Amino acid sequence: MSLINLFLIVFLGILVFILYFHISNSFLDYYGKKTNKQYGFENSVRAIIFIAPAFIILFIFILYPVFETIRLSFYDKFGREFVGLYNYKWAVNDPEFRRSILNNLGWLLIVPTFSTFFGLVIANLADRIWWGSIAKSIIFMPMAISFVGAGVIWKFIYEYRGPGDTQIGLLNAVIVYFGYEPQAWLTIPVWNNIFLMAIMIWIQTGLALVIFSAALRGIPKEMLEAARIDGASEVRIFFSIIIPYLEQTILVIWTIITILVLKIFDIIFAMTNGEWQTGVLANLMYDWMFRGGGDSGRGSVLAFVIMIGVIPILAWNLYKHKQEQKI
Amino acid sequence: MKKFSISSILSQFLLLVFVIVWIMPTFGLFISSLRDKDLLAISGWWTSLTTTKVNEIYRMSGMESQIKENDYFVIKGKLFEDNSGKKIESFGITSKKINEFIVGEIATFKDDTQVTVNESGEYIWKSNNGFTKKKGKRLFITSLSPPSFTLDNYKEVLFKEGIGQAFLNTTAVALPSTLIPLIICSFFAYALTWMKFFGRDTLLAIIIASLVVPLQMSLIPILTIYNDFGALFGVAAKSYPGVWMAHTGFGLASTTFLLRNFIKSLPNEMMEAAKVDGASHYDIFIRIIIPLSIPAFASIFILQFLWCWNDLLVGLVFLDQVPSEIILTAKLKELLGSRGENWEILTTGAFVSMTVPLFIFFALQRYFIRGLVAGSVKG
Repeated sequence: MSLINLFLIVFLGILVFILYFHISNSFLDYYGKKTNKQYGFENSVRAIIFIAPAFIILFIFILYPVFETIRLSFYDKFGREFVGLYNYKWAVNDPEFRRSILNNLGWLLIVPTFSTFFGLVIANLADRIWWGSIAKSIIFMPMAISFVGAGVIWKFIYEYRGPGDTQIGLLNAVIVYFGYEPQAWLTIPVWNNIFLMAIMIWIQTGLALVIFSAALRGIPKEMLEAARIDGASEVRIFFSIIIPYLEQTILVIWTIITILVLKIFDIIFAMTNGEWQTGVLANLMYDWMFRGGGDSGRGSVLAFVIMIGVIPILAWNLYKHKQEQKI
Repeated sequence: MKKFSISSILSQFLLLVFVIVWIMPTFGLFISSLRDKDLLAISGWWTSLTTTKVNEIYRMSGMESQIKENDYFVIKGKLFEDNSGKKIESFGITSKKINEFIVGEIATFKDDTQVTVNESGEYIWKSNNGFTKKKGKRLFITSLSPPSFTLDNYKEVLFKEGIGQAFLNTTAVALPSTLIPLIICSFFAYALTWMKFFGRDTLLAIIIASLVVPLQMSLIPILTIYNDFGALFGVAAKSYPGVWMAHTGFGLASTTFLLRNFIKSLPNEMMEAAKVDGASHYDIFIRIIIPLSIPAFASIFILQFLWCWNDLLVGLVFLDQVPSEIILTAKLKELLGSRGENWEILTTGAFVSMTVPLFIFFALQRYFIRGLVAGSVKG
């Protein structure tokens, strides 16, 4: 595609929506001023004009698919014949599925924990040091990078050469420097998962860091001063004042990263493609969408299992929303 | 006073360790993308930052370039290109003793010809009777090579490996996929905040629920719809507009949610006053809401744009993996498979894919952070 074509197609795509809103609304304005009496009617039409595009898209891309995927999980690979719990039985007995569940649990335990912990520690350190904001910028930077880009970066770090050769991967170079044997890190089962998780922790610590930094500013200075005057050590202040104060924030960050980790796909797809026992649910699902011509039944089961993971968070969010509406 | 306490030094040190660990991977990638591809394959990127010793073999010119000087025949030449910055330490004339002579010394070959090399790589090769061979002899050079970087990898990756095209494709995906939801959702968010209609609260609850629904739930049904649609109208099932709509759908809940929170925080009185003056909702939206929402738009634009630019899954499922449609992340993944050993291509390709996000990051960090923080206030 040439640059001009590209520009044109992008421009037209956006123009369609601008024109829709402008023409329909201008017409309604004109009509409303002319008749000047059917105020209620005008308002209803206006609401429909404002809401329709978003609602239609929301319906097609989120609402309908949720129910359709649940329906498909009870159907055969072409989505034609009802097969009951067959696909679920398959999943429970499938070694790949069990492995994925275990790996996903590992990701869920480790990544949010370390990201949140590092984020909190760094936010605290940076808050008190004059070059802290530069440090925060640097640690936050991986947030801007794609998972695949991060995958390339880290694959280069984990690069393996035979014992006699010069190591060009940083990790093996360090290992060899200290006199150990170089390792093909990504092919050592169980541990390789940790090396993949490290990438996600590297990225998400930045997220935790900026949110904590914002939250830290909310802690009353007087409280910290008072504690210091009373002779509390910085460590004591951290555990007795800052952590209790940030409880809500910690919970929020934890859930955000948990949701991200449940869907984790790109890093594993780019680095190992699920080999050497690193597969997770999202990768297995992608695989079954296309494996053997695609199996929508099994794919849907896998998607639904991921969905089950977020249901508690979904329910909690709705509950909180209800509480706020009451106030 | 507090500045020099032990705990302060300790925290500075600890933070420095974090910073180094966090910057090192990206820095290594960047340096590697600027290195000569042959060197990249045999030495760690960290060695390229300092002057290093390299052993190389050069061949001098043959008989054609000899000239007569007094009683001798002489061949003069340069081993290095101009401005290479290399400095020769020692040289040798056989492969067994490559460090036999210090720079400036005179070495004598078996055929009694004599050669000397100076520090910057100029050699003088003398013979009493004249040279008779077309090919010159080999010199084994040990030189100190200063850090040297090149943009060759970028030329290769952008134009030969198809990363340049993928870059354009990603732009064509990401821009509308960011602007369309922004347009649609700002109207939607306005309606959810300031218009009264049946089912508004339910709709809001649906948005909040949709925030956390995983993308995977949508893939199979949407792909089926696209395939049916394509078959029905005889058009390609996978296309740019299709991917725009998919990104719009997946970003809709969060964009609406953030915008609604922002619009709700705007002063009520302004809207009421405009209404009294006879302004329609559309007037209010265009004249009051949009100008006031520019900072919020900026934050949301950045979040959604980065999400679309960095996405892999949506581009993989809803676009054909052909040169005219493949996006950067998918292309990189493809290269990881096919050119897994060519680190000059991988590192450079990855860095090209990161240029736009990094530019946005450094230029608009404030808005980026604001968006993230606003989004995190609630789950």
